Amino acid sequence: MSGQLTGVGVGRGAVCGPVARVSSAPQAPAGETPPADKEVAKAAVSQAFSEVTAGLRRRAVAAEGTLAEVLEATAMMAEDKALIKDVLRRVTAGEPTLTAVDRSVDKFCQMFLGAGGYLAERVTDLRSIRGRVLAQLMGLPEPEVPDLSVPSVIVAEDLAPADTAALDLTKVLAVVTELGGPTSHTAIIAGQQGIPCVVRVAGAMTLVDGTQVAVDAAAGTVTTDPSEELRAEYAERARVLASLDDLTGPGATSDGHPVQLLANVGQVQDATRAAGKANEGVGLFRTEVLFLEATSAPTEAEQAAAYGAVLTAFGDRKVVVRTLDAGADKPLAFANQAHEDNPALGVRGYRLGRILPDLLDTQLAALARARAETGIEPWVMAPMIATPEEAREFAAKARSYGIATVGVMVEVPAAALRADRILAEVDFVSLGTNDLSQYTMAADRLQGALSDLLSPWQPAVLELVARVAAAGVSAGKPVGVCGESAGDPLMGLVLAGMGITSLSMAPGAVATTRYVLSRHSFAQCQVIAEAVLAVETADQARQAVLDRVDPQVRAVLAL
Amino acid sequence: MATRTVVIASTVGLHARPASLFTQAVDATGLDITIAKDGEEPVDAASILMVMALGAGHGETMTLASEDEGADAALDSLVALLSRDLDAE
Repeated sequence: MSGQLTGVGVGRGAVCGPVARVSSAPQAPAGETPPADKEVAKAAVSQAFSEVTAGLRRRAVAAEGTLAEVLEATAMMAEDKALIKDVLRRVTAGEPTLTAVDRSVDKFCQMFLGAGGYLAERVTDLRSIRGRVLAQLMGLPEPEVPDLSVPSVIVAEDLAPADTAALDLTKVLAVVTELGGPTSHTAIIAGQQGIPCVVRVAGAMTLVDGTQVAVDAAAGTVTTDPSEELRAEYAERARVLASLDDLTGPGATSDGHPVQLLANVGQVQDATRAAGKANEGVGLFRTEVLFLEATSAPTEAEQAAAYGAVLTAFGDRKVVVRTLDAGADKPLAFANQAHEDNPALGVRGYRLGRILPDLLDTQLAALARARAETGIEPWVMAPMIATPEEAREFAAKARSYGIATVGVMVEVPAAALRADRILAEVDFVSLGTNDLSQYTMAADRLQGALSDLLSPWQPAVLELVARVAAAGVSAGKPVGVCGESAGDPLMGLVLAGMGITSLSMAPGAVATTRYVLSRHSFAQCQVIAEAVLAVETADQARQAVLDRVDPQVRAVLAL
Repeated sequence: MATRTVVIASTVGLHARPASLFTQAVDATGLDITIAKDGEEPVDAASILMVMALGAGHGETMTLASEDEGADAALDSLVALLSRDLDAE
């Protein structure tokens, strides 16, 4: 009989296959008695921790890159003096050995969970260490992922990098964990490899080895003993998803209304990688990386080389370069900036010119030089513009360096409200929807507790976006979107309908958006764009789109 | 007792790679050294778990202390370490 478990999905894929369970970590037995000889027990504890450390370190040496660093960090946790001291102290005080290990690790887990965020994710590593140390003390083999003879769905309580390191990813159809989070290292690796992953699945460990399951990362579900119909549906979804990458043409609605599909890039290497994919160029080249890691201001020549490399990589495709977006929230090591209590509202982006005027001049000179050296015209825009006056000032300066196509970001509500006057000063604008949301809703982007207010579907934010898009249509000038919402294919339909001319997103999101756009006419997009402005809440806005979306798109993307 | 204060320069704060580099450096001194956030209990600076659990962010002021002999030079070198952006290196 088929049953369904639910969790949090990572990715879009859906797949069917047999379960391969990672054995549960050993646990300290209930009613354990204290050791007869405390000194012997303490020696065994120290020995167990050092065996586990040595094992982790062997894996670190065999691994590469980030994984090697993560494994080395796990090894350091396993040999942590404070942790081992705490266990030994408990044994000395008369606690049973395995229980002592359990409680000490748990103490650190609670500390990390209490701190939240990055530290909470490291609890997975601590628990993996606990399982290994307990196994050592109980004379059991350390918990390992099974050897996969056939492609399988890995099911585990939780998976630390130490556990996945030994896994043959080519045989992993999907990953299902009972604990863990969507931003855990394992979920991220699965996402990068395109492996469907569902985490926080209550009851995952009740799944039996070899049972057939259907895993849907988009819906966050795990169905046992799936029916033939469900298998066929998943197979069809997998086929269409795989075929998305075969579509490579310019973005357009089904009736040919063009919407440029562009990539957001942060570094020269990202740009080279993105240039190899099917997109129409770069809608946002964040230049801050060049500056944030520098101990002194990068010179005109250094910058020109980096900009030239990106322009060359994209050849005759459009590249929009954003001038330095730094400030108290993204501090520059080489510039002494005053502490700000409210950095999001402080001297950042274009405003940095008030205290460090040379930075922008050097950057524009470098862009002009890259243009001269490559013969390719960059589009150049400034972040955090609030008034038409600032836009005019920036445009005049950029043009004085010979930049032909000058624009500004619209991320401050004041700029959105006066978009027509801003567009009179520049050649194009680009909406930064993340900041526009934060400033419109007066909700800090980094405040997880306010994420509902920060939804890109908030009708107030959409209304500002529509206003800017309309200003662009009447001025006959391009209005792009380069915030996170541009990468949501449903939002892409809304934006296209409003008259947005380009969407810039993570390079990996382009194919899906191209497909979704191609399944709707421009008139359908316009109806959708009107529908989202007619409702009251963010959820209703998204639902209004879902209600009007092409059925095949809903099925393929499991929306 | 020797003490020093230092502002965390690492842009990601004192966890992950910066925490491991720091605790390794503390361990290498062979001295008992503590690290504390303003107004909080000092913790063993050689313990990566304790140091990570401090959750010290970029720009936070930390106090290093030790009662061992020769601690002054050791603390100076640790201050220099924390004053660099360890994550970018």
